[in-house]
Amino acid sequence: MRNKLSRNIYFIPYVLWIALFVVAPILLILYYSFFDIEGNLSLSNYQKFFTPVYLKMTLSSFWYAFLITVISLLVAYPTAYLLTKTKHKQLWLLLIIVPSWINLLLKAYAFIGIFGTYGVANGFLEAVGIGKQQILFTDFSFIFVSVYIFIPFMILPIFNALDEMNPTLLDAANDLGASRWMTFRRVIFPLTIDGVKTGCQVVFIPALSLFMLTRLIAGNRVITLGTAIEQHFLVTQDWGMGSTIAVFLIIIMFLIMFVTGNRKQGV
Amino acid sequence: MGNKLSPISKAFLVLIFLILYAPIFFLVFYSFNSGGTMYDFKGFTMEWYKELFQDTRLLIIVLNTLVIALLSALIATIIGVIGAIGIRSFTSSKARNTVLSLNNVLIVSPDVIIGASFLILFTMAGIKLGFYSVLLSHIAFSIPIVVLLVLPKLQEMSPTLIDAARDLGASRWDVLTKVILPYILPGIFAGFFMALTYSLDDFAVTFFVTGNGFSTLSVEIYSLARRGISLNINALSTLLFALTLLLVVVYYFITQRVRQTGMGGKR
Repeated sequence: MRNKLSRNIYFIPYVLWIALFVVAPILLILYYSFFDIEGNLSLSNYQKFFTPVYLKMTLSSFWYAFLITVISLLVAYPTAYLLTKTKHKQLWLLLIIVPSWINLLLKAYAFIGIFGTYGVANGFLEAVGIGKQQILFTDFSFIFVSVYIFIPFMILPIFNALDEMNPTLLDAANDLGASRWMTFRRVIFPLTIDGVKTGCQVVFIPALSLFMLTRLIAGNRVITLGTAIEQHFLVTQDWGMGSTIAVFLIIIMFLIMFVTGNRKQGV
Repeated sequence: MGNKLSPISKAFLVLIFLILYAPIFFLVFYSFNSGGTMYDFKGFTMEWYKELFQDTRLLIIVLNTLVIALLSALIATIIGVIGAIGIRSFTSSKARNTVLSLNNVLIVSPDVIIGASFLILFTMAGIKLGFYSVLLSHIAFSIPIVVLLVLPKLQEMSPTLIDAARDLGASRWDVLTKVILPYILPGIFAGFFMALTYSLDDFAVTFFVTGNGFSTLSVEIYSLARRGISLNINALSTLLFALTLLLVVVYYFITQRVRQTGMGGKR
């Protein structure tokens, strides 16, 4: 008993943190979602959310996040696979991770220069004879930069899953006469599915809520749920509507975690 | 597994590395452009660096960013270690899982939601937006990462170690400082380091909770980048990149040494 009491005493700062910064904020978001812009208690925000404007925005936000996740996966899986086969693989992995430590805003800023009217990308297009294109402020640039930013986060869990795989299983598949494709489909991929799920989770959820990229790279042409929340909180000061969108984003987040769930602790 | 990479695989990896590093080197390259744009390299100059070091406002912002990162990482590490030790001492796995899920909420939540909900929280609590609101939010979102990095180390530790210390007459405090803490030190370092990078990197949360008078680097870069290209940012990013590389090298050697002394886990 004495043991339990003293445990509770030193546990206080942590519990306080959970109460103040985990539970309270979610409850506050929920609470604010029931207030309209004049501060009256009402369900009008929820009504507004189910109008075509917001539903369309939610759908397009989903579509972009889906595209970003799929493309990231298509690039990241072979990369992770090849990385596990290199000598000094930990060092190479570290080199893949390094760019993700460079401030996100700086990378976005670099792409403003690269994709700009006189940028390197256009210089290249002109050199091969396609001619200048509007690259910045398009869907393409938005998706490209997003994928660029998320790739390391997709590679890391897949690399770990591949790295943990027992190589004798591959030998066994080989001995039993499986082709390379068969081995991949029936052995490697199922065994690394947890890494893939984790990767998709850590890309999809943030991709729904990118707002600085939509402003800097997509020139406000793409509106994600995140952009809408930011807009309502910091520009139009309609905290109620912002909170309502946030409530839906939280619900979506839990659904995704449920679908991609059962992942092992600690990535 | 031992088979060599085919030339196509090698080319693919090289391409990925090129794409990942191109924007960064692009920024570095043009930071020396006397032309003042991110195209059309006119000649070598250090003038942007000179300008950078004369910009007192920006230097203060850099200082702010570093102070926030160090303080928040330190405090988050202390609370996180306490939390991890507390979680481990739970006897029922149900309670443990509940606390762990609450712990992970801030890791999976999109930044926009964390930012918006903290904005509501600070406004309701009457905390003025500025240094303290930013510091508190950075502590808040760093704690769960520290917990997740320390917990595996604690679980790795054999409970007989503590029993042995007790049998030999160690007090609770001795057990903590002479047995537990040294054992989990690699986890604590990793936690502190991650908290530091999270704080340095964060844009979205900070963007919501900084007032008018206070700014961190990410927020400042965002507002500069929205105004267009200025090579001061390039010079700044070059310095930041050098700093990041230095941190990575230090981190790599620490983990290598830890691995050699047998303290680090499997990874």
